[in-house]
Amino acid sequence: MNQMSEHSQKSSPMSWTVGGKTLNSRLLIGSALYSSPQAMQGAIEASGAEIVTVSLRRQSAGDQAGKTFWNMIKSLNCHVLPNTAGCHSAKEAITTAQMAREVFETNWIKLEVIGDQYNLQPDPFELLKATETLVNEGFEVFPYTTDDLVLAQRLVDAGCNILMPWGSPIGSGKGLMNPYNLNAIRQRFPELTLIVDAGIGKPSHAVQALEMGYDGILLNSAVALSPNPVNMGKAFKSAVEAGVYAFDAGTMQERDLASPSTPVLGTPFWHQN
Amino acid sequence: MTTITVQINDEIKAIPASLSLTDLLIHLGYQEHNFAVAINEAFVPRSQYKNTCVQADDRIEIVAPMQGG
Repeated sequence: MNQMSEHSQKSSPMSWTVGGKTLNSRLLIGSALYSSPQAMQGAIEASGAEIVTVSLRRQSAGDQAGKTFWNMIKSLNCHVLPNTAGCHSAKEAITTAQMAREVFETNWIKLEVIGDQYNLQPDPFELLKATETLVNEGFEVFPYTTDDLVLAQRLVDAGCNILMPWGSPIGSGKGLMNPYNLNAIRQRFPELTLIVDAGIGKPSHAVQALEMGYDGILLNSAVALSPNPVNMGKAFKSAVEAGVYAFDAGTMQERDLASPSTPVLGTPFWHQN
Repeated sequence: MTTITVQINDEIKAIPASLSLTDLLIHLGYQEHNFAVAINEAFVPRSQYKNTCVQADDRIEIVAPMQGG
């Protein structure tokens, strides 16, 4: 039997609890890179996502962009997950998280501390340092991390209830580059909420993560950069449902040899060899 | 009027001396509460604006909601 995380023991396989909220969509979606605010709104609604990632940027007093954006996000009735995108040290990330908590009125934080500009790989050392501080300050930390098992353990030891290992580099759309590592994390932490964050390019990548037993996926570019974000949002909605139901049902045992699905006994022209 | 220079969102500005953070935000035209502030990379909670005196050469960040992934 598959090792079951908390979500799969409930009545509806789609239902899960994350950061103290019970939700029915396993998709977390970004709000960036859309061609227009209307495209963003339409795609997010079509995706069925109940968590939307947001960010903070410098803003001058007369600029109403932040207010307009925030009102649009609020109209979606989703939970917001602020990120610390652009931070390169624990100190920057901690300050950004504190500002985000005040602006967005949530203790959730998608903790990003970038260690490499080339592939936007998380800095494991600064990530852990920031996590320790933020957990102590009462944040629910959603750490964007690599798929390193030892780092995962350290983050759990620091108090994380959720881990978000990358599938592949942010915005690459390459899918799950290292399924072995992702599976190892799933197997090692059967009760932890695990979300694949970054690198998802196609709905099939999402299905793969959820079939593996991951609790959710977080993506942005795959929908926002599609020529038809609304339909791609719908595609991901179906994909996450397919993946969750497949994991919940349990997949068949793979075999090396063919085995007929139609019973051969009694079929026309049948001869026992 | 005595002035000091500070950095606001990476831009150097001359402002009146001895302003509280509340006064500075009014001076700059920030009226609503959909922003947050850090001074010299340290978060300043809204409850502390009145008690925070802006100093010469302070680096002030004022941020608001934006799209994110």
